[in-house]
Amino acid sequence: MTPVNASLKSDVSSSPDWEKIRADFPILQLDIDGKPLVYLDNAASSQMPQQVIDRLVRYQTTQHANINRAVHYLSEVATLEYHNARCKLQQFINAREDREVIFTSGTTDSINLVMHGYGRKFIKAGDEIILTTLEHHSNIVPWQMLANEKGVTIRVVPINDKGEVEIDEYEKLFNERTKFVGLIHVSNALGTINPIKGMIDFAHRHGVPVLIDGAQAAPHITIDVQALDCDFYVFSAHKLCGPTGVGILYGKAALLEAMQPFKGGGDMITSVTFEKTIYNTIPHKFEAGTPPIAAAIGFGAAVDYLTAIGIEHIAAYELGLLEYATACLNDIPGVRIIGTAAEKTAVISFAIDGIHPHDIGTILNQDGIAVRTGHHCAQPVMQRFNVPATSRASFAFYNKKTEVDALVAGIKTVQKIFL
Amino acid sequence: MMHTNSLYQEVILDHNRKPRNYGKLDHASHHATGHNPLCGDRLDITLQLEDDQINNIAFQGESCAICKASASMMTAAVKGKSRENAEILIHEFRELATGKLDTNQPHHLGRLTVFSGIRDLPTRVKCAILPWHTLHAALNSLDGASTEADDSAPPIPNHS
Repeated sequence: MTPVNASLKSDVSSSPDWEKIRADFPILQLDIDGKPLVYLDNAASSQMPQQVIDRLVRYQTTQHANINRAVHYLSEVATLEYHNARCKLQQFINAREDREVIFTSGTTDSINLVMHGYGRKFIKAGDEIILTTLEHHSNIVPWQMLANEKGVTIRVVPINDKGEVEIDEYEKLFNERTKFVGLIHVSNALGTINPIKGMIDFAHRHGVPVLIDGAQAAPHITIDVQALDCDFYVFSAHKLCGPTGVGILYGKAALLEAMQPFKGGGDMITSVTFEKTIYNTIPHKFEAGTPPIAAAIGFGAAVDYLTAIGIEHIAAYELGLLEYATACLNDIPGVRIIGTAAEKTAVISFAIDGIHPHDIGTILNQDGIAVRTGHHCAQPVMQRFNVPATSRASFAFYNKKTEVDALVAGIKTVQKIFL
Repeated sequence: MMHTNSLYQEVILDHNRKPRNYGKLDHASHHATGHNPLCGDRLDITLQLEDDQINNIAFQGESCAICKASASMMTAAVKGKSRENAEILIHEFRELATGKLDTNQPHHLGRLTVFSGIRDLPTRVKCAILPWHTLHAALNSLDGASTEADDSAPPIPNHS
């Protein structure tokens, strides 16, 4: 196997060469209408380094076949590489066993799997599910579907003016009817990092399992599911420099084994007759049909890439960008940052007095600057701050301070046009 | 790709700053609410229709500059017009915003052609069209308009 390395191997004693790392990302060389691309929409989807692109090309050109089936060479290679990708993900989150890592189509699919596989089997009428105001729609809507189907009540933990979950209120929501907690690790809309360890421990003291939506956390924070002791942890590849169409569900083996399958089909069975089907063991029980083999292998290459740089280095570098950008935006009159939690990833949601986010986004685009504008699939957060939408700049380790400067200049252009 | 400056022209900025016919009519014969769920834009249109003529019209809501200016210019354009002529304008504006209108051929849009640049910004077409959908819904006494159900506009890419 050809190892996938970032441009500079991880070395705790020295900081990576960020300029060199940036050069790994061919898309960052693009010009948009004659202006260099300033890509600040990483919370929506991150970009892919050449190393991961090359891995996908190598798979498609030399290793592709369907997996877990035939005895021919390519099928064996593809099966092995797919399994290797699962093991890379297992190590990335420090899961106890590789069978605790289920490949899904992404975070949303993972949460829906838990809703169908765990929720529909174990959560009953009259039970309660706790979610927070910070949840992405993907961790709200599946549970609402369950609530409507079963007569389950959803209890919502409020957030304070900084965008932090109110822990006292969270703890007050627990009672004997509480049967599940869904908790976002890092808010996609605000960047808030939730203190999930304590929240998981509290839920466990009440015998309640916890699902962590790690879509925004996994690219920026070292994840150790054993240390967290979470019951489920989910995230997508495309926010970690990997391909779209793949993500994982981590679940504790005993829970996954107790759950009912989500999708029926090939690969998830041991034997099928028209009278009875015996389901396969985990992880296969939850991977019906031909999985996204290439994408999963690319996912493995992406976590190798990030691990080689070092998530700790990434977090420290991005924190520097966040502090710089926060200071710069706070210096612009008329700009208000929404979400000022003490613990944040490099996400800045902001409003400009009198100017709608969509106009901001369109005019920034004219300068080649890509930000997200809208409700960020987190309408309860928008309602909490009484705004219909925000503009959001979200940074990755391949961004640089000069790009923050470009954003600041772009915001001033927006203000000049409107004021 | 177009130059965005050509969209944010003074006439649009002016209607955004000082929207015409802004508010709500007390004795409206028709009304509708338009909603673009993807961007959260909301628009209420009230109008007085008498003998199939729009005697008065007003709008209010929460929206971006493109949507607000479009609504403002629309209300100014249709006030005093017959329902039939308003529907012609609605049709022509939709065609303009989606790049299907040949502006060299005769049309009735006048200064509304300032929105022609929107066709190059697929994500913003719905912002410009929402008021017109809502007017169409109001004239036809539909309960509400949504740009989501519209097949004539390209879809807005949705990101998380």
